[in-house]
Amino acid sequence: MIEIRGLHKYFGELHVLKGIDLDVHNGEVLSVIGASGSGKSTLLYCINGLEPIQQGRIEVDGTDVHARGTDLNALRQKLGMVFQQWNSFPHLTALENVALAPRIVRGLPRAEAREVAERQLRHVGLGDKLDVYPKALSGGQQQRLAIARALAMEPRYMLFDEATSALDPELVGEVLDTMRLLAEEGMTMICVTHEMGFARDVSDRVAFFHQGVIEEIGPPAEIFGAPASEHLRKFLAKIR
Amino acid sequence: MEPAISFFSGFRAADLWFMAEAAWRTLLISGVSIVIGSLLGILFGWMLHEGRLLASLTLAPLLDVFRSVPLIIQLVLFYNFAPIAGLSLDPFASGAVVLTLYCASLVANVARGGIAAVGQPMRRAARSLGMTYWQDMRHVVLPIGGRAVFPSWVGVALGVMKDSALVSVLGYVELLKASQILITRTQEPFMILTLAGAFYFALSYPISRYSARLEARWAQ
Repeated sequence: MIEIRGLHKYFGELHVLKGIDLDVHNGEVLSVIGASGSGKSTLLYCINGLEPIQQGRIEVDGTDVHARGTDLNALRQKLGMVFQQWNSFPHLTALENVALAPRIVRGLPRAEAREVAERQLRHVGLGDKLDVYPKALSGGQQQRLAIARALAMEPRYMLFDEATSALDPELVGEVLDTMRLLAEEGMTMICVTHEMGFARDVSDRVAFFHQGVIEEIGPPAEIFGAPASEHLRKFLAKIR
Repeated sequence: MEPAISFFSGFRAADLWFMAEAAWRTLLISGVSIVIGSLLGILFGWMLHEGRLLASLTLAPLLDVFRSVPLIIQLVLFYNFAPIAGLSLDPFASGAVVLTLYCASLVANVARGGIAAVGQPMRRAARSLGMTYWQDMRHVVLPIGGRAVFPSWVGVALGVMKDSALVSVLGYVELLKASQILITRTQEPFMILTLAGAFYFALSYPISRYSARLEARWAQ
């Protein structure tokens, strides 16, 4: 379970997150929507400790992420993250991309790491691309490669930071399908997304961010069907 | 009648061996300087990239001095002033020290560029997988950044090898010094300098060929 209490985050003078309280339960799929610059992505970076926080607490399975002495590298193995830019390692084949972290971080023997990698690549539908270098893959395939790479660490949670925003429209579907598959398998997921269809169909809850606060949170039917806040109504009207 | 005494004698086969030995010394002093200088340069480049304020105040100006002052001046100054500081170094050691620092000052900027070439998103992706700072450095930054700046590094290495000719001013008998000795004796500067050039080419060409092949393989 991920518990966030009274989280404040500043970039210098800029107050990005203004008191976030949020629980994400095991097995839950939470979509985070909102305008660009509303602090959605920053929240994910704070959860896995890539960004320091100035106030509040974030606990992952009872471990205080930002406490002094927390082993962030160990914690991050629980928190798979997929970025807007897929960041595949260009000097490694698809298989090596996925096998690298299991080998050097989890300490698996080479053969076992390759086995794990192969399994995850098949999982995301790249079983026929094992020995291909990233630059020979499409954006959608590279993003699925990034998902496989995160899954190979056997995380308990997956954080998706606008995983489809940088993709050509015709490639968005294959990545969303992979994310759907994970959701069906019971993975706990936080998805920052602009894909309202995905948010509506797949998530258990949707959180609407506005200027650094969660203005509204609830089941997709409520958020999309009966938005309470004025800002959310405007946001949805713009998107449609 | 007595034959006239001549100070000059023509080029002999043994002179070729003399030049080959000198070429070996060129290779030796440049090899030592390039290897140690590159390692040092990578360290300096990393410090420039990471150490920000402290490094930019202390290290950067120092490296600028080594990069900006002509190598021949550095060599003469170091060779003559080192004994005053209590270091009595032979021409090889003096030359190697100066060439190493010169090489390091050039590689430092190449290395800094290589680290910067691997953007923050890529490094965050690596860290998000649980890699430590050093695992990220070793498995992500080094191979990606290293390949990006490899051609520049080869350029520096070949440059240092050619610049090692300047160590001849200290009396170290590398290729250029050997050529000067032979020219004085044979009075055939054109042939000897052509030969020396051929030796330099023979030392550089395999390196540029090999690096071109490596780059081609990485580009696949």
